[in-house]
Amino acid sequence: MKSGDEEEATGLPGLRTWRGVYIAVLAAFATWVALLAALTGAFS
Amino acid sequence: MSGLDYTILVVTMLGIAGYGVWRTKAGGDLNAYIKGAGETRWLTIGLSVMATQASAITFLSTPGQGYESGLGFVQNYFGAPLALIVVATVFLPIYRRLRVYTAYEYLGHRFDPKTRLLGAGLFLLQRGLGAGITIYAPAIVLSTVMGWRLDATIVCSGLIVIAYTVWGGCEAVNVTQKYQIGVIFAGMVAAFVVLLHRLPAGLSMTDALTIAGGFHKMKAVDFSLDVDRRYTIWSGVLGGMFLALSYFGTDQSQVQRYLSGTSLRESRLGLMFNAVFKIPMQFFILLLGVLIFVFYQFERPPVYFNRAEWTLQARGGPGGRLRALDAQFASAHADERRGLEAWVGARRSGDHSGEEAARAAAAAAQERAEAARSETKAVLRSTGAHASANDADYVFITFILDQLPHGLIGLLVAAFFAAALSSKSGELNALGSTTTVDIYRHVVRREASDAHYVAASKWFTAMWGLVAIGFALFANLAENLIQAVNILGSVFYGVVLGLFLVAFFLKRVGGTAAFWAALASQALVFALYFTLPISYLWYNVIGCAACMALSLAIQAVLGSAGPGAAQAATP
Repeated sequence: MKSGDEEEATGLPGLRTWRGVYIAVLAAFATWVALLAALTGAFS
Repeated sequence: MSGLDYTILVVTMLGIAGYGVWRTKAGGDLNAYIKGAGETRWLTIGLSVMATQASAITFLSTPGQGYESGLGFVQNYFGAPLALIVVATVFLPIYRRLRVYTAYEYLGHRFDPKTRLLGAGLFLLQRGLGAGITIYAPAIVLSTVMGWRLDATIVCSGLIVIAYTVWGGCEAVNVTQKYQIGVIFAGMVAAFVVLLHRLPAGLSMTDALTIAGGFHKMKAVDFSLDVDRRYTIWSGVLGGMFLALSYFGTDQSQVQRYLSGTSLRESRLGLMFNAVFKIPMQFFILLLGVLIFVFYQFERPPVYFNRAEWTLQARGGPGGRLRALDAQFASAHADERRGLEAWVGARRSGDHSGEEAARAAAAAAQERAEAARSETKAVLRSTGAHASANDADYVFITFILDQLPHGLIGLLVAAFFAAALSSKSGELNALGSTTTVDIYRHVVRREASDAHYVAASKWFTAMWGLVAIGFALFANLAENLIQAVNILGSVFYGVVLGLFLVAFFLKRVGGTAAFWAALASQALVFALYFTLPISYLWYNVIGCAACMALSLAIQAVLGSAGPGAAQAATP
C-alpha cells in the first residue's frame, strides 16, 4: 500500500523515492558505525 | 575574559535575540504562534531540531565525557537514525493529516480526553524538570569559572530567552535557533583547530590517537553483552532507538519544530538531516574531548578542573591535604610526560622494546596521577555540596580559558549561551503550547477567540520560563550533567512512547486500557529505577514494552474497545 504522502516527490537528485532516501540514511548510519568500529580496532 | 570577549558575547546574544523579535513582530493567530504558520523550510527545521536537542550541556559536558571516558558515549546516539526514519514514516504523516498542534492532541483523537491529559501531563512533568536543568547546567559551570554570580547568570539568560520566545512563538524560536547553531558550530570548529595547533610540535594525529588509545579513550564501539555497562552498541541501538523515538516522536519540543514545515517533504528532510549528521556531530565533540586529554598529557592540567572550588577549599581545613595531593599529581604528571615523549621517540625510531617500556612507564605514572585526582575529588566531595558536580564538566571551559586567544574565548562562551538559549526556547515554546492546547483550551476554556489563546500561550510560556529559572536557582545536581538529563528523560520517555505505539499499532486497545497501562508502567519504571542497577537506556525499552503488554492485557479483561479507535488516527 502506498499513501499519497509516500508519493510526494523528495526533490533530491538521485533519490526520487522516500524509500530510496531512507535506504541512503541507513547506509550512512552503517558507514558511521563501521568507521567507528574500525577506529576502535585500530587504536584500542 | 577581556573587553573584546564580552563585546562578542553580548553582541552575538542580543543580536540574535533581537533579530528573532524583529523578524516575528507582525504577530498572528494561534496556528502562526504555535506552528509558525507552517512556512518553515527543511534546513531551518533540521537545524532547529538539532539546536533543540543540543543544549549547552552537550557542548560543555560532552568534551568532558570524552576526556574522562573516551568515545564510548557516541553509542548513545546509534538509535537516532533508525528512530528518525520511523518518526518520518509513521508519526509525522499522522500528525500532519490530523493537523494537530501538539503530539498529545493526537492521543485525544485516538483514545480519549483522559489519555491525552496523561500524555500531556507526563510531558509537562518531565520537560518542566528538564527545563530547570538546561538553564542551571551551563550557568553553574560558567559562573564558577568566570567568577560571575550564579543567580545573576541564571536570571539574565532566562529572561532573554523568555522575552523572544514569548514575543515571537514558534517562528522566533526557529529563526533564532538557525543562527544560534551557526555560532555554536563556528565556536566548536575554532576550538578544534586551536587544539590541533596546541598539540606538541611533531605529534601527528596518528600519534595523538595512539596515545589516547593507550589510555582506553578510543573504544567507540563496544560489542559486550554485559547489561551493566552503560554504553554498548546494543544498549545504544536498542535503548537509544527507544529514547530517540520517544524524544523525536512524542516530545512536543521536537514535534513542534517539524510540524512547522511547509509540507511533509520539508519536515521529513529536516528529520533526515538529523538522522545523517547526529552521530558525526556527537563523535566530533567527543573527539575534541579525547584530544584535550592528549593535550593535557603534555601540558600540566589542574588536579581538579573546577579550580574555583579547589582554591576555595584549599584556603580552609583540607588545604594541607589538597596541596600535598596537588604536588603528588604534578610529580606523576611530569613522569608521565617524560614517558610519553620517550614512547613517541621510540615509536618513530622503530625501537619496539623501548616503545613498550616507555609506554608502561607512562601508564604507571598516569595511574599515580589519576589516583591523586581521585583522592582530591574525594576530599572535595567530603567538604561540601558544590564539589559534588563532576569536574569533567569543567574540562572544556578550562581549556578554552587557558588556551584560546581573546576573541575566540568570547565566541566560545557565546556558543555555550547560544546553545542554552536555543534548547531553552524550544522547550518553553513546547511547554507553553501544550499547557494552552492540551490543558487550558481542552479543560478550562473550550470556546474562545484565537487572540485569547495566543495571549494565554504567551502567559504560559512566560510562566514556564519563570518556573525553570526558579528551579535552576534552587537546583543542586550530582553526576555528569548530560547524563542527568538523559536519565531523567529515560525514566519517563519509555511509557509515553508506549502510549503512542499502542495508539498507532494496537488498534483493538481503547483509551481506558491504555490509560491504566501507562500509569502502571510508569510506577514499574520508578520501582525499577531505584532497585535495578542497569544502564538507564534500558528503561526506555522496559517502560514502552510494559505499557504495550499491559494495554493488551487490560483490554482483554475489559473486552472489545468498541468504535473508539478512529481509523484516521492510525497509520
